[in-house]
Amino acid sequence: MFYREAGDFKTSYREDSQTFPIKFDRLRFYAVLAIAFGVIPLFINDYWANAVAVPFLIYAIAAIGLNILVGYAGQVSLGTGGFMAVGAYAVYKLMTAFPEVSVFIHVLLAGGITALVGVLFGLPSLRIKGFYLAVATLAAQFFLVWLFNKVPWFYNYSASGQINAPDRTIFGVFVTGAQTSATAKYMFCLVMLTIVAVLARNLTRGTIGRKWMAIRDMDIAAEIIGVNPLTTKMTAFAVSSFFIGIAGALFFAVYLGAAEVGESFGIQKSFLILFMVIIGGLGSIFGSFAGAAFLVLLPVFLKNVLVGMLGWPTDLAAHIELMIVGALIVIFLIAEPHGLAQLWRVAKEKLRLWPFPH
Amino acid sequence: MNDMSEGYVTADGRKIGGTLMEMKNITLKFGGVTAIQDISFDIRDGEIRAIIGPNGAGKSSMLNVISGFYIPTEGSVYFKGVKRGPMKPYQVAQLGIARTFQNIALFDGMSVLDNIMTGRLTLMKSGLLSQAMWWGGASKEEDEHREKVEKIIDFLEIQSIRKTPVGRLPYGLKKRVELARALAAEPKILLLDEPMAGMNVEEKEDMCRFILDVNDEFGTTIALIEHDMGVVMDLSDRVVVMDYGKKIGDGTPDEVRNNQDVIDAYLGVSHD
Repeated sequence: MFYREAGDFKTSYREDSQTFPIKFDRLRFYAVLAIAFGVIPLFINDYWANAVAVPFLIYAIAAIGLNILVGYAGQVSLGTGGFMAVGAYAVYKLMTAFPEVSVFIHVLLAGGITALVGVLFGLPSLRIKGFYLAVATLAAQFFLVWLFNKVPWFYNYSASGQINAPDRTIFGVFVTGAQTSATAKYMFCLVMLTIVAVLARNLTRGTIGRKWMAIRDMDIAAEIIGVNPLTTKMTAFAVSSFFIGIAGALFFAVYLGAAEVGESFGIQKSFLILFMVIIGGLGSIFGSFAGAAFLVLLPVFLKNVLVGMLGWPTDLAAHIELMIVGALIVIFLIAEPHGLAQLWRVAKEKLRLWPFPH
Repeated sequence: MNDMSEGYVTADGRKIGGTLMEMKNITLKFGGVTAIQDISFDIRDGEIRAIIGPNGAGKSSMLNVISGFYIPTEGSVYFKGVKRGPMKPYQVAQLGIARTFQNIALFDGMSVLDNIMTGRLTLMKSGLLSQAMWWGGASKEEDEHREKVEKIIDFLEIQSIRKTPVGRLPYGLKKRVELARALAAEPKILLLDEPMAGMNVEEKEDMCRFILDVNDEFGTTIALIEHDMGVVMDLSDRVVVMDYGKKIGDGTPDEVRNNQDVIDAYLGVSHD
């Protein structure tokens, strides 16, 4: 009833091409921002931060990164875990080598280093496509994990082979290390996610986004209208890896605190994030959020229901939980192959006509 | 054929300029198959030039040579008097040569507006950082180019489908959107590969009108391949006729119509 375009006239192209053209959407967006920044930090505790909020925020960053590569530029990648590991080890080396520099800068630099590595492993995409490219990026995954395991320089020759995040502050508040409060973790990740989401939205709506989508939809035609496939694919790999590197840096430094590469950044992580992107919706920023929320919240929700409400033993619940999540993913993909973002779009279309659909 | 190297005036009084593009002794081979054999012709500034011929004559290959998609085995292409070296297709696009395809090659996942905006990619200059911030440069540039694109949308009468994803459009409209995308690049030469294929009479008439208007209003030089002889004879100023990879006729529609080789190629000759 309130969700209408009618009467909301646009008088400039800028107004017409804004992110939320419908006023209701705009207000809802501001409300979500206000709650995320103003309300949740006041109430968040360690359980909610560690089980739900922080992993959701970090996975959302990684999902946006992968969505740019897979959903917008159409280059399949199974190397996400490896690229997150690059971000994690880069931020670790930077934090230990330059303790006086702000960790915020370190995280951004870690993203930059991951971007370079991403471009390097993206080079085969000029020659190979589809499944074959997926296999090539899989090589990146295994190589990077092997590298961080085998070369002691990366984990500063520690006996355990693990990396541990040292205590670092931003504006005098601890954001990494054991003394970090739930609010600080949450806010740091939220700020990074907001920055990443805004950058991703801007890039995908402009010239570079159109180049990516042109390459995705028909690469030969794209080349004939003047898209250079080399630079376009490489920027897609660079931007995507930049975001994934930030996600990896935060995952290690803020969320885990200590990491071992094979365990934290293995092939499972690559698949998890790819599932998030596919379930959320390829080629949609909102879809990245939705997919991350779905795969982070669903297990927590199921655990609470099975163990908390039904009183099942924890180990049984853990197995059943996996089965239910797997079944839901399959059912969901059959029902709506274009992901949660498409469901959301359909819902909005319906809402626009409600309550008089004819 | 009369000598017209300094340009000429058409029957309907349009002034045609000098040579814009020249194909000199083009031969194209795929392994043992010779698709084009020693063909030379020119395209003049402001004219509508048609390439016709029976199926398999090598017309599309010729268009692909012009648009830089194929590199000729022998011979060379001169653009504005300068010999064109081997180039990537995207570099040819930057020279100001745009084309449409026989089988529509639009970006199905994008809206009509975005598809047409891709036509202007070669003209948009803002860098990655400026776009990421969406501050000043990129945003302003986007608005300027949107304005130009809206003019083309008006021109081709596709305002109502501006925000529709291209995948949902019917065939005739897709052809029109493809023309819009090529026009958006403000090309010097527009190459149309069978613009009327698969259209009904009304759609053909619309398309003819658009092609003539484009030539008239923007002064765009047009080279087209078409099978509908009525359309070709009405639209074009000069026609190249190909058969089995060879040029068998070149001249105004009337000259070509009365050329014995051309008649033989189309109607066949008895070999007894």
